[in-house]
Amino acid sequence: MSNFSIDFGLACLIGALVAFAFGAGAGIYGGVKADRRWVDSARRAVYAAAALLIVCVVTLEAAFLRSDFSLALVADHSSTTTPTLYKMTALWGSQGGSLLLWAFVLSIASSGVLFATRHKHREVVPWATAVLCGLGLFFCGLMLLAGGANPFERMSPVPAEGLGLNPLLRHPAMAIHPPMLYSGYVLFSIPFAFAIGALIARRLDASWIRSTRRFALLAWIFLSVGILLGAGWSYVELGWGGYWGWDPVENASLMPWLVGTAFLHSIMVQERRGMLKVWNVSLICATFALALLGTFLVRSGILQSIHAFGESTVGTPLLVLIAVVLGGSTALIVSRLSYLRAERRVESMASREAVFLVNNVLLVGLAVIVFWGTFFPLISEAITGERSTLAGPWFDRYVTPLAILLVLFTGIGPLLAWRKISAGRALRLFGPPTAFAGVVLVALLLFTESASEPGALVMFTCAAFAFAGLVGEFVRGASAQRALTGGAWPVSLGRVVVRNRRRYGGYIVHTGIILAFVSIAASSSFQDSDDVRMLPGDSTNVGDYELTYVQPTAFRDLEEQRLTFGSIVEVRRDGELVETLTPSRNYYSSSSAGTVRSFFEGEATSEVGRSGGAGEDFWTAMRPDLTEPAIDELITTSDREIDRLLIPEELPDPSTPGGQAEMRQIAEARSVAQGQIITELQERFEDGQIPVDFRINVNPLVIWIWIGGAIAVIGGLIAAWPTPPARRRRVSDVYAARLAKDLNRA
Amino acid sequence: MDPEKKRKIRLVVALSAAVLLATALVYTSFSASTEAKSPSELLADAPAGSVEAYGKVVSEETMPDGSREFVIADPEDASATVPVTYEGQVPDPFREGRDVIVTGEMVNGTLVAEKDTLITKCPSKFSDEAEDDPNIVIDDSL
Repeated sequence: MSNFSIDFGLACLIGALVAFAFGAGAGIYGGVKADRRWVDSARRAVYAAAALLIVCVVTLEAAFLRSDFSLALVADHSSTTTPTLYKMTALWGSQGGSLLLWAFVLSIASSGVLFATRHKHREVVPWATAVLCGLGLFFCGLMLLAGGANPFERMSPVPAEGLGLNPLLRHPAMAIHPPMLYSGYVLFSIPFAFAIGALIARRLDASWIRSTRRFALLAWIFLSVGILLGAGWSYVELGWGGYWGWDPVENASLMPWLVGTAFLHSIMVQERRGMLKVWNVSLICATFALALLGTFLVRSGILQSIHAFGESTVGTPLLVLIAVVLGGSTALIVSRLSYLRAERRVESMASREAVFLVNNVLLVGLAVIVFWGTFFPLISEAITGERSTLAGPWFDRYVTPLAILLVLFTGIGPLLAWRKISAGRALRLFGPPTAFAGVVLVALLLFTESASEPGALVMFTCAAFAFAGLVGEFVRGASAQRALTGGAWPVSLGRVVVRNRRRYGGYIVHTGIILAFVSIAASSSFQDSDDVRMLPGDSTNVGDYELTYVQPTAFRDLEEQRLTFGSIVEVRRDGELVETLTPSRNYYSSSSAGTVRSFFEGEATSEVGRSGGAGEDFWTAMRPDLTEPAIDELITTSDREIDRLLIPEELPDPSTPGGQAEMRQIAEARSVAQGQIITELQERFEDGQIPVDFRINVNPLVIWIWIGGAIAVIGGLIAAWPTPPARRRRVSDVYAARLAKDLNRA
Repeated sequence: MDPEKKRKIRLVVALSAAVLLATALVYTSFSASTEAKSPSELLADAPAGSVEAYGKVVSEETMPDGSREFVIADPEDASATVPVTYEGQVPDPFREGRDVIVTGEMVNGTLVAEKDTLITKCPSKFSDEAEDDPNIVIDDSL
């Protein structure tokens, strides 16, 4: 049964490859001949590929759930003891599985956009279909042809148990972080494909943007969620207390996010004013290339990263794809320059389009800096022959001022009108936010110590300005609505947001991002941190807090082969008990060889002790020092003893049933002996004979990074939510009336 | 002023600003960067000043004051090793056999690391480490 289903899954994957290949060919042929029938056929091929890839994913998920170790993918990334959630999410833990995920998301999103545009953009859609099918073909081909990337690869002989999932990754955030990032990367291929289609068909008005704007926004939302989850996991799970380290793989997800954000803003300028056409097609091509680059960085191992994914077979093909995307789109844009002329010019620097342009330059500038810093090891090696790297402080030096300017312009942009604004109106609009920012600045200088961190101080002031501007926008919108329809303030506010989802959704995104920026500035500038070695009964002071190490705890989980050393610590503020925390450290045995040492040679994870609310986060992680000579000696001698007593002169032959039973007996006896030593270790730990190294951080406002992020994501969803058809008709009637008027005038 | 001319001036100003910024970026990145060296390179020619060393941890020990001493070996040539003294936070995945990156200065053949600069590579789900294979019951302990 299982063999059949795996063969069936593999057949479906091959089927999807064929469907994509046909779709690409039919799309191009239909585009050249302007024959609708071929284009319809290409679209249906995409539907078919999506259906086949759904079967592939379901087949593999079923294999994970029933722990079918005849499949290498399952044997390498799951085990019978893996919790169900992680069995289901182990699929994208592998190279083959994540490529399948890429193709799967691509096929679903492509089906969605091609269905929505089936009666529209007759010239653009054939080429967009061909591009999407080409990408699908690439990823399916990679799975089937590149070594070690086939998710349906068999394992022979079939092992009795799988390798399971790395303990560090047994965290809910890690289960959904990769597919979120991937979905973000993949969804950017939709606007990219339509941009290429529009370039080929020379239909370079804003119609390709209107049809794919929501996909770009969804991609942005997925990417944001992925980045936030990764940062959150790092903060609570990795035991170093940070959420961002300028690591190449982190940067790889930030770059398409930055350029994608710029794209989402500048397309508004093209839609409203017919400008920035070259810029927009360039931005989306760059975003997509950066998304591919993110995948490539994760896979190729060319840069030293905390994410050591190891050498892989798909690096070179991905690099070729990136080169094709960049080369092809550049050539296309250059050849279509005459069709990309702006319909208008920027009339005044005090206009919304001018500020959008500044905001775009800032975002792209940030991306360039991150790119330069990330690839500096390769750049410096190429220039000087020496591989050099840039650390966090270098990134901070450039990113901080640009981030401050970005927040400032986030405040200015929405207040300005399109085209230009009169001086009187500007004064009315900018007066209150400027006054508010001034009050905040004075208050910060008088009542806090933020003057010691000028960067953070300027950031808070700019954020206050932007925030007040946004509040003003909401108030103006709600009062205009109220004047129109009457009713209570909250009702009017709700109504104006619902009526104008794109605009107010955007403002909600801004509010969330400003919150996140403020908390990043606060938590990185005003952190109190200390590393202390303590024995039970010891106390230490960090910031306004006092931490007392009350009691050690120890626990062994036989089923998970896990040893946990923990501690009970009391956190006091001004002498008063705030909270009792239990940070701990888990040691996972590296093998079932039955040595005590194996626990300390395997994976170790931290359970962080955290206490905090809106204001401050008290964070502590602990690490018992097991390299103490007395403890080290206990482990070494007892392991030697276990080996001496419990390994027979002649090992039984595991290929015979009798031999297997004998092996099992040996393993059990060793496990019992090991248990006794571990009990001794536990007792010594609970006696307080093992010192513990604590890392203690007091991070102000850190929780607002994720609250702000969540607000931004909600705002994004509001902006992406479809407008009801009745309202859309009303809007287009207004446009039609306006157009008629303009035409009459001309 | 004639709008064409105004546009040209704007373009020149914007381009000069971009060139200036790019120059600053290039200049500071070369002066702020640290060279990345393997243990063999450090042994052959220990550079003065800050250096980023990468290698595989072959032994580790915690000192009574909580600082750490460990030895890193060249990933290409296991016989080339450099001792490291380190103070500060230690990432969870740190242990013998792991690839690490650490920044410090070479003093008398020992890398004296800067506080909190230790980076340990996460062994991800993508790497297939044979040593993690639970099917090997006895072999690796003998």
